[in-house]
Amino acid sequence: MNVHAARSLIIAVLFTGYLPAQGIAVQPRYVDISLSGLFSSGWSSAAAGELLALQGGAHDPNKRGFTVQNVELSLMGAVDPFLRGEAHLIFQIDAQGESIFELEEAFLTTQTLPFGLQVRAGTYFTEFGRLNPQHPHSWSYVDQPVINTRMFGGDGLRGPGVRVAWLSPLPWYAELFLGLQNANGETAVSFLNSPEEDRFLGRPLVDRELESMADLLRSVRWLNSLSLGEETTVNLGLSALWGPNRTGEEGKTAIYGGDLYLKWQPLANDQGWPFVALQGELMHRNYLAAAHSSELFIGIQETLTDMGGYLQVQWGLKRGWVAGVRYESATGSGKDDGDPLRDQRTRVGGNLTYYPSEFSKVRLQLNLDRARFFEQGKAWGLWLQYEFLLGRHAGHKF
Amino acid sequence: MKVFNVKALLMGIMILLAAGPAAGKKLQIVTTTTDLKAIAEAVGGAYVSVNSISSGRQDPHFIDAKPSYMLKLRKADLFIRIGLELEQGWERLILEGSRNRSILLGSRGHLDASAGIRRLEVPTGAVDRSMGDVHPLGNPHYWLDPYNARIIAGTIARRLGELDPEHEAQYARSAASFSRQVDIAMFGSALQEGEDAEGLWQRRPGGNLVPGIEAQSDAGEARGWQAQMAPFRGVKVVTYHRSWSYFLERFGLVAAGELESKPGISPSPGHLKNLIETMRAQQVPIIIVASFKGDKAPNLVAAKTGATVVKVPYSVGGNDQAGDYIAMMDQLVTRISTALTRSSL
Repeated sequence: MNVHAARSLIIAVLFTGYLPAQGIAVQPRYVDISLSGLFSSGWSSAAAGELLALQGGAHDPNKRGFTVQNVELSLMGAVDPFLRGEAHLIFQIDAQGESIFELEEAFLTTQTLPFGLQVRAGTYFTEFGRLNPQHPHSWSYVDQPVINTRMFGGDGLRGPGVRVAWLSPLPWYAELFLGLQNANGETAVSFLNSPEEDRFLGRPLVDRELESMADLLRSVRWLNSLSLGEETTVNLGLSALWGPNRTGEEGKTAIYGGDLYLKWQPLANDQGWPFVALQGELMHRNYLAAAHSSELFIGIQETLTDMGGYLQVQWGLKRGWVAGVRYESATGSGKDDGDPLRDQRTRVGGNLTYYPSEFSKVRLQLNLDRARFFEQGKAWGLWLQYEFLLGRHAGHKF
Repeated sequence: MKVFNVKALLMGIMILLAAGPAAGKKLQIVTTTTDLKAIAEAVGGAYVSVNSISSGRQDPHFIDAKPSYMLKLRKADLFIRIGLELEQGWERLILEGSRNRSILLGSRGHLDASAGIRRLEVPTGAVDRSMGDVHPLGNPHYWLDPYNARIIAGTIARRLGELDPEHEAQYARSAASFSRQVDIAMFGSALQEGEDAEGLWQRRPGGNLVPGIEAQSDAGEARGWQAQMAPFRGVKVVTYHRSWSYFLERFGLVAAGELESKPGISPSPGHLKNLIETMRAQQVPIIIVASFKGDKAPNLVAAKTGATVVKVPYSVGGNDQAGDYIAMMDQLVTRISTALTRSSL
């Protein structure tokens, strides 16, 4: 065996636990590796410039033609008897054709703390609402809700920090999450970052240092789950975030949200079908913009409020097939200046998804948008999405 | 004077936490399936309280990791799974979500019931997903061979004995008693009192029956499952999913194919067309379908071939009559043997 062959064998054994001479007798599970590839193709009535504002999610299909939405390499496993480790690395090709690499998440989670406690540390999605912590391949639509893009930017709210979760001893499932994360970085939109480099919501931005706990992003979430008989479960969550923003030393942001997920599935189901799942979220943001006076801008201290939400129903018709419809609305306070991140917008979407197996899907989605920032006031988009999943991928949270 | 001895207090708390179930308190067991629950109840008797995650009317491969399951596990002393990756889609999520340290994989409170089972269909070459949902550790539906129920009972009894040494002997006796009930159900009343049935079980399918048991064929209710199924040895059957391999092997039936084109993949028209031809050529009399599976594909194939669809419980609680393990197996044997007797093919 030459050096290359030996190296290949070592890699094969390390990564798959597969020893050629012994078949599959040895199956260590040091690390589960999976790769999800999510792509789409389609057309929108909006031209390129407007389309990026219309489909603002970083993993949304955002150009006429083909989009590489998300190629995600996931590694996870038991670190030792006390910890689990997990990492998700993203590769993408953006609307301009540039390759992108992102460390989406990498964190450890404790396994053996007493009193229902669990600590997560590293860099990870903030526990806010239902959709924000989910990865794009588990979404029920080809794009993220408008309100998520407005509140948390294209990539969702995530960053380095630490989070404590506590499963309470109440007679129903009630879990409390308390988190502290950096408020800066490109995935802390609404806080110390913004989609635009020097302005956010029309305001010029200043640099801020971390001087106290108040300069970190603080999050709290209370998740409740109730069983309505054996076939229906409802999750109800309340979330809140507080942190600084970059409009000035006094600038701070608070975001509040409520979410609902209800799923009915008969006990005698065929690989999960049929089912009906209702999901909705409402969010409200108070963005306290500090007074500012410079050559660029003169403004008094004011609170800009934004709110919005979505409601969607997915109906698993028969094994492999799911039909869905989603309604979204978002709006911001103050005078309507045609800001795509603040003005009145509604979107209605419908889709049909076919899952040939657990590891692949094809989805056709039609979006109808109404937004004031558009010249025409409305737009449509038709997107075909396709996905493959390789390797051992962890099951999804309910 | 020391008013408060912190060290002693901490020691006390540690002892209380480590003491496990207090005297008189039942061991809390949560199983992934109702078959394991039924066997654990038979073995644990009055000393245990058992809950199952799946209901018996659902497919244990495909279970949502609902928060209510995490609550069930929160106070469990013992978690028992079928293993062989049957529960891999949801087990870790509910174990981790329960925050119960004592039932995590590798701990004494986590028991894999497949230990000691002779596995079928363990792949000998490399496995990939072009083959469908092949279980790399072997077919996990081993509870459908009644002999394996005896092995499961022994495995559970040993672990209960470790967790609750005070009642170790009772658990062993209950497991033996459960095994004896299975022996009698299998071999009928001709099984002599005190006779060890192990030798009878070891006569693998295809071998001749013991004369005393074979003679039961006309003995009405006293017949065991072995005698009920004996006339059908070598008969070819079709199943929906490859869930019945252990049952078929035990009773000498032969699989002529599955409705699924590959394990876990929906029946395709092309595959069903080929299967219909095979079934016609081989005169396959029945299609065995678990109660939670859809009717469309089985009924279509039955209409084209004249075969009978036999819908059967695949777990305890799979229908109203399958209240415990022996009742469930009774249902299986009776429905399948009746359908085979009535079939004109």
